[in-house]
Amino acid sequence: MAITWYLVTSAIVFTIGAAGVLVRRNPLVILLCIELMLNAANLALVAFARANGNEDGQVFAVIVMVVAACEVAVGLGLIVALYRRKLPIDVDELRELQG
Amino acid sequence: MAEVFFFIAAAGVIAGAAGTVMLRNAFYSVLALVGHLLSLAALFLLLRAEFLAAAQVVVYAGAVMVLYVFVVAYVGGMGQPLAGSGTNLRPLSVVFGVALLVEFCIAILGSTLDLLGDEGAGFFPAFGTPARMGELLLTRYLLAFEAASFLLLVAAVGAVILARRRAGLEDPRELSVADLLRSNEGGTMVDHEERGSLAEAAGPPHR
Repeated sequence: MAITWYLVTSAIVFTIGAAGVLVRRNPLVILLCIELMLNAANLALVAFARANGNEDGQVFAVIVMVVAACEVAVGLGLIVALYRRKLPIDVDELRELQG
Repeated sequence: MAEVFFFIAAAGVIAGAAGTVMLRNAFYSVLALVGHLLSLAALFLLLRAEFLAAAQVVVYAGAVMVLYVFVVAYVGGMGQPLAGSGTNLRPLSVVFGVALLVEFCIAILGSTLDLLGDEGAGFFPAFGTPARMGELLLTRYLLAFEAASFLLLVAAVGAVILARRRAGLEDPRELSVADLLRSNEGGTMVDHEERGSLAEAAGPPHR
């Protein structure tokens, strides 16, 4: 399979994720869409690693997975904190920075 | 044969991504993302990234998604409306998504890079195995490895601080850290007067 096919798949998934971040209002689903975008970037990195024949891109993808895990931990912590304070779980309602 | 597997896995990847965005129930979105991640692991295997595929299935689809499922069950974002009610920016976001896709397609299909058209450079048998990845992470990318470990520590501490119970919202049955310190001081005072038993070490009886 040509590398272009993998890149096109990656571009489609990234677009779906970006559109999801813009369209959805539930912060949980927005976090899931950010995961989609990170995964699309991972796929492109691995495809380029295969194209060049060295593993550096795969190491980058591992680091991206670590960053994604950190983002999930902090984001889910924020959502749990929102729920504890009885705030609406909706990004349109959460426009103010004051507690 | 590789073509057949590629198209099956790519269809799973795109369908999982679309399901994540379009499903109304947040729980089903998480399940669609799990399907997406498993298909993506198959694509990684096709690209000779064995370690990455295994890590994807074990860490992502296993651990991180369980975290998501717990939070969805705790918060319960069931049956929420798919799009904003009072906003008129939704068509604009769809236009933005389509424009982004067109831009990517122009960038990829209009590229004159030679390596995009063929299967990829030749690889050696140990390409992408855990041994090779570990060797690279501990020699050439040691700094990135250490920075990632520090980042994980900071994220874990930050998540605990964000999600802890605040004062003023607490349940009267809960113990805070200040309460624990106070009961420890009380315990040592008891120890001075008489030998404490295990029942006393568990804390004051009214707790």
